[in-house]
Amino acid sequence: MTTTLTPILTSFWDDPKSWTLDTYVRNGGYRALEKAFGMGPAAILQAVKDSALRGRGGAGFPTGMKWSFMAPPDGGPRYLVVNADESEPGTCKDVPLMMANPHVLVEGVAISSFAIGCEHAYIYVRGEVVHVYRRLLRAVEEAYAAGHLGDDVHGSGATLDITVHAGAGAYICGEETALLDSLEGRRGQPRSKPPFPGVAGLYARPTSVNNVESIASVPGIILEGVDWFTGMGTEKSTGFGIFSLSGHVKNPGQFEAPLGITLRELLDMAGGMRDPDKELKFWTPGGSSTPLFTAEHLDVPLDFESVGAAGSMLGTRALQIFDETTCVVRAVDRWTDFYKHESCGKCTPCREGTWWLKQILGRLESGVGDEEDLDKLLDICDNILGRSFCALGDGATSPITSSIQYFRDEYVAHLTHGGCPFDPKASTLIAKDHKESVSA
Amino acid sequence: MAHDFGLQTASGHLTVSEESKQAYPADVEARFRADAAQVLERYPQKRSALLPLLHLVQSVDGYVTGRGIDLCAEILDLTTAEVSGVATFYTQYKRHPNGEYTVGVCTNTLCAIMGGDEIWEAVSEHLGLGHDETTEDGKITLERVECNAACDYAPVVMTNWEFFDNQTPESTIRLVEELRSGAVVRPTRGPNRVSTFKEVSRVLAGFPDGRADEGVGAGPASLVGLALAKEQGWTAPEGESSRHQGSPTTHGEPSADGDGATDASPAGAARGTTMGRTEVTPASDDAKARKAEPAAARDEADETPAEEETSTRTTGSTPKTKKKKKDS
Repeated sequence: MTTTLTPILTSFWDDPKSWTLDTYVRNGGYRALEKAFGMGPAAILQAVKDSALRGRGGAGFPTGMKWSFMAPPDGGPRYLVVNADESEPGTCKDVPLMMANPHVLVEGVAISSFAIGCEHAYIYVRGEVVHVYRRLLRAVEEAYAAGHLGDDVHGSGATLDITVHAGAGAYICGEETALLDSLEGRRGQPRSKPPFPGVAGLYARPTSVNNVESIASVPGIILEGVDWFTGMGTEKSTGFGIFSLSGHVKNPGQFEAPLGITLRELLDMAGGMRDPDKELKFWTPGGSSTPLFTAEHLDVPLDFESVGAAGSMLGTRALQIFDETTCVVRAVDRWTDFYKHESCGKCTPCREGTWWLKQILGRLESGVGDEEDLDKLLDICDNILGRSFCALGDGATSPITSSIQYFRDEYVAHLTHGGCPFDPKASTLIAKDHKESVSA
Repeated sequence: MAHDFGLQTASGHLTVSEESKQAYPADVEARFRADAAQVLERYPQKRSALLPLLHLVQSVDGYVTGRGIDLCAEILDLTTAEVSGVATFYTQYKRHPNGEYTVGVCTNTLCAIMGGDEIWEAVSEHLGLGHDETTEDGKITLERVECNAACDYAPVVMTNWEFFDNQTPESTIRLVEELRSGAVVRPTRGPNRVSTFKEVSRVLAGFPDGRADEGVGAGPASLVGLALAKEQGWTAPEGESSRHQGSPTTHGEPSADGDGATDASPAGAARGTTMGRTEVTPASDDAKARKAEPAAARDEADETPAEEETSTRTTGSTPKTKKKKKDS
C-alpha cells in the first residue's frame, strides 16, 4: 500500500455531536474565515487558483478558474450557489458530509462568497434528505448567531446571507443551469450555454455554481496553504477527495484520500470483496454516468487524467463495486430506467432516446430480441451523445456502450438462455449474511 | 414496473378531486399567507419561493391541491398553469392524497442488486400496493425511489425522507407494520422519530422543527475510512496553521505523529515515523519535490506494516483476494 488516507473533511465525523458549531470550532473551525478576511478577495481567488482545486461534483472544472470567469463587478448582485443536489447513482459523499459536518460547508460558502463578491449565497439541497436539510438550516442559524454570517462579518464590513433551499426530487437539478432554473421557481431544465452562469446565472446575474465538496475544500486551502493542498494528489489532480465504496465490498463506506489512489488500495482498506471467493466483475469510477471499469482497471490511479486515459471519468468518486454474481444487463437496464425517468424532456435526443434505450434493454434482460438489438442500442447511443443541452443523455449512454464493450457475450447469453441467466438473490446483502451464518 | 419496459401510467395524475378545489377555511388561509410571506423574504425574486410554497401546500393538504395551486399562483403573480407546470415536474409533489408516511424503496441499480428488488417485492405484496399507491387506512404510500445518496448503506429504504439503512424484506415489513400501528419509529440516521408527511413537508418549506440535533452525526459506514485512519495513525499532512500556531521548534514536536510514537507496535511506530517525515518537510519548499520524496519513502516503510496489518484486522481476506487478482 503506497497511499494512506487523509481525513480532513471527515476528520471528526465520529464526534458524538460532530455537526454543531461547538465541535467545529473545537476542531479549528472558522479560523480560515478570519484568515480570509485578512487576505482579501484577490488573494483568496489566487490561492484557490494556485491550489488547482478541480470541481468535486463530477466534471472536474477548476474552481478558481470558474470564479475568475465571472463577469466583472458592475455594482449589481453576484451569486454563489452550492450544488447540494447529490443524486448521481452511486454518489453518497456530500450527503454524509453535510449531515456530519455542515459547518465546513458554511465556512466554505462564507470564504468563497467573500472572494467573488457575493452577498447572498444559496445552498440548493435535494429535498429527499430532510435530516440533512435540518442540519444545514441549523448550522446557518448557528453561524448567524456567532457572527460568521450576517452584516459586518468578523468586523470586515462584508455582508453575507445564506439561504438553504430544498429541491423537490429531480436528478436533473444537479445540472447547474437546471438547478438555477429550479431555484428561480421553474421546472428544472438546463439552459442553452452560452451565456454561462458566470455571465448570466441566477436572476441573469453573474453566478458561480459549485459542488458541496469543492466549497468545503476551500477553508483548508486558505488555512493550511496552497502547498499543503498541492502536496496531496497528483500534479494535475491536486488535493484530496472523499471516495465512496459501495456494493460488494466487505466494509462499504467513505474513504478520504489523495486523488490518485487506486481501487486496489481502497478495496484493501475496505476489507476486500464481500466474498473473497468471488471475483470483481465491474465497477463505476464515478457514478453510473461514467463508463464501467473491470478488474483490469484495479490499478488505474483515481485522478482525472488517469481515469480519462483509461476510458472513463473520475466523476464523483462513487465506486460501486459489483462481483461476479451480478448480471451486468440487469444493472445497466436499471440505470437506463433511471435516465429515462429523470430526463427532463427538453431535448428530443435525450427524451426519446432514453425511452427507446429502456425499451430495448428491458427486452434484452428478459431474453427477448436478437443480437441486432445490440447494434441498435449503440446506434441510439451515438445519436444521443453530444446532441442535447446537458450531459444527462451522454451519461445514459456510458453504462450501455461500456457494458457492451466488455460484456457483449453476456448480452448474447440472455438471448440464447431465453432470459437472465443469473440468480438475483445471489447478489443481495442477505445472501452474504446467509452464507456467513452457515459457515460460522 | 419491472416488466413494462418503459411505459408509464397516468393514474392519479389526471384527475383532481372535488375537495382539492374547495377554498381553504379562513384561518388556514391566513396562516398560509403569513408563512408564505416569510418564505418570500428569503429571495430577491418571489417566483423563487414556488418550490418551498408547494412543500407548504403539502404540509397543509397532504398533496398539491387545486386550491393550493390557486393560492400559490395568486401570491406569486403566476398563472395556475405555470404553477401546475412546476408541480408536475418534481416527484416529491403529489398530485393525489398521500399517505401519512411515504415508504420509498430504493430500486436503483446498486440497492436493487443488494436486495432492494426483494424488499420491494416483499413489501409490495405485503401491503398489496404498487408504486405511488396508498393503503386504505391512509397510513402508507409505497414508492420505488431513485438513488438517495446512501449507497454505502444499501439496500436503503426512505420513510418520509429519513434514512433506514441496510434493510431486508423482513425489516421493511416490520417497519410498515409499526408505522401503521402508530408506534414511534426511529430512522437509522435521522431524528428520534419519523415525522408525518405533512410535518416533513413543512420542514422542506424551510420551517425548522427543532430536531436538527437529534440522531447521529454519521452512521457506521460513513466512519469506516476515518476509523481505519485512526487505527493506522494516518493523518493529513500538517499545513501552515500548525506551523504558525506552534513554536519555532515545531519540527521537533511529536505533534501529529504522536499517535504513532505512543503506539507500542512496531507497525505503528514505523508508520508514525513515516508520517512524521512527510509532515515536517517545510511547505515553503517546492511542493512537487515534497510529493515525490515521501511517496518513495512511504513505499518502503509501508511494506512491512501492511503485512502485519492483516493479522490484527478482522477483515483478513484482503491480501488473498489481492494476490488472486494479480495472478489472474
